[in-house]
Amino acid sequence: MSATLRVQKISGHSGPVPGEGAQRQQQVAKLIDTTTCIGCKACEVACLEWNDLPFRETFFDNTYQTMPETAWNYWNLIKFNELPREDGAMQWLMRKDQCMHCADPGCLAACPADNAIVQYQNGIVDFQQEYCIGCQYCVTGCPFNIPRFNPATKKMFKCTLCTDRVSQGLEPACIKACPTGCLHFGTKDDMKDLAQARAQQLRDHSGYANAGVYDPPGVGGTSVIYVLHDITNPEAYGGLPSNPTVPWAVRLWKQPLKWLGNLAMIGGLIGVTMHYLRFGPKHPPAGGPHE
Amino acid sequence: MNDPILRYTLVERVMHWIAALTYTYVLLTGLAFYSPHLYWIATILGGAPTSRFWHPWLGVVFALAIAWMLRAWLADMRITPDDRRWGQAIQHYVRNEDENLPPIGRFNLGQKQFFWIMFYAAAVLLITGAVLWFPERIPWSLRALRYAAILLHVAAALITIGLFIIHVYMGTAVVRGGFTSIIRGEVSPAWARTHHRLWYDRVTGR
Repeated sequence: MSATLRVQKISGHSGPVPGEGAQRQQQVAKLIDTTTCIGCKACEVACLEWNDLPFRETFFDNTYQTMPETAWNYWNLIKFNELPREDGAMQWLMRKDQCMHCADPGCLAACPADNAIVQYQNGIVDFQQEYCIGCQYCVTGCPFNIPRFNPATKKMFKCTLCTDRVSQGLEPACIKACPTGCLHFGTKDDMKDLAQARAQQLRDHSGYANAGVYDPPGVGGTSVIYVLHDITNPEAYGGLPSNPTVPWAVRLWKQPLKWLGNLAMIGGLIGVTMHYLRFGPKHPPAGGPHE
Repeated sequence: MNDPILRYTLVERVMHWIAALTYTYVLLTGLAFYSPHLYWIATILGGAPTSRFWHPWLGVVFALAIAWMLRAWLADMRITPDDRRWGQAIQHYVRNEDENLPPIGRFNLGQKQFFWIMFYAAAVLLITGAVLWFPERIPWSLRALRYAAILLHVAAALITIGLFIIHVYMGTAVVRGGFTSIIRGEVSPAWARTHHRLWYDRVTGR
């Protein structure tokens, strides 16, 4: 299989998306079952290996976490959290953090650079560094705190969902490396079914009455979905937002404010032209030449 | 008697043109980032990454030029009772019925308001621009600042664009002699008497 990924959305683009809707592609998704993750970080290493990223310095802050946040050359990070439970026991939560590949990507909405961010029809949101201008608007647009700036190259980076592998019919590198099977990859529909079945199992047989699937509707759903022990408290999993949306300020900026501004600028130019046609220049000062 | 009068010193002219040229650059590159339909401007100016690199730096130079203007023109830009009388008769100014206007000093109320709005807009653009320059330095918990900065930066820029259109139009098309004065510094006594009577009286010692 040598499929080319079809594009469905382009950042900073005037006019329609070329070839949009010419073919259909299956929506893909990554399923992360936090209840069977053991925090081994094989996915972190696989990500670095496949994407040929140098192993950067780590940061020890009395947890098992490799560093506090993802970095421009570290796209996949297990977030660890110790959560005191009501019965006095401690619950150890581990969540693989990376780009969520939103159906409605805030980064793409905020991006001013033509083609620097694309969304493929299979749901993957990918940065195209050769078109990136380094403005970091995507940092502001993202509700998950994911895009990272490389100050040396002035380009933005994040998880690609291994577009290069997926376009060749392979699963992402992190999935391939997972030893417990807590990571799954397939079509979005299949992953949702699998996730729901697992959540049902957790509710019925494992005593997690609040177990559920994290596929936030505020961003149109994501191509990375989680099974959580407690869907009512995603924040406990290293700050997973409970109701992520594209920031309203970004919406306001990119839609009404822009059209209002365009009208005002064109109106201003028409206004001064009309003034000149109606009133013209001020009469030359009386009493001789003035220049 | 008919000798030209010095309206802007060389230092004032240099100051004005540093502000004008840097403003024009940040305006053009800013418009390129503002709309996909204007992205070609960045291509003409050396490519979008280059435009993005220089936009904040020249923005800082613009802000410094504005600060310099504040220092140089603070006394001249104070709004006086004469200005308020002039402002009440502004419809005559708009209709070129200048003979019905009360006399004013070195700058009229419109020029002073232009200066002050530009000054405050430049301050907003500088502060919000710093946030846009280094968004990752703003902690995730304070990300509301990033959202506010993006909206305020655009809003303040749009206000300055409106003022800029009027300023350039007035200075070149309407008030003939104004553009020459900010290039070569001099105006005729008749020009000074017509447009800035109180200033004319002061500098000629009447």
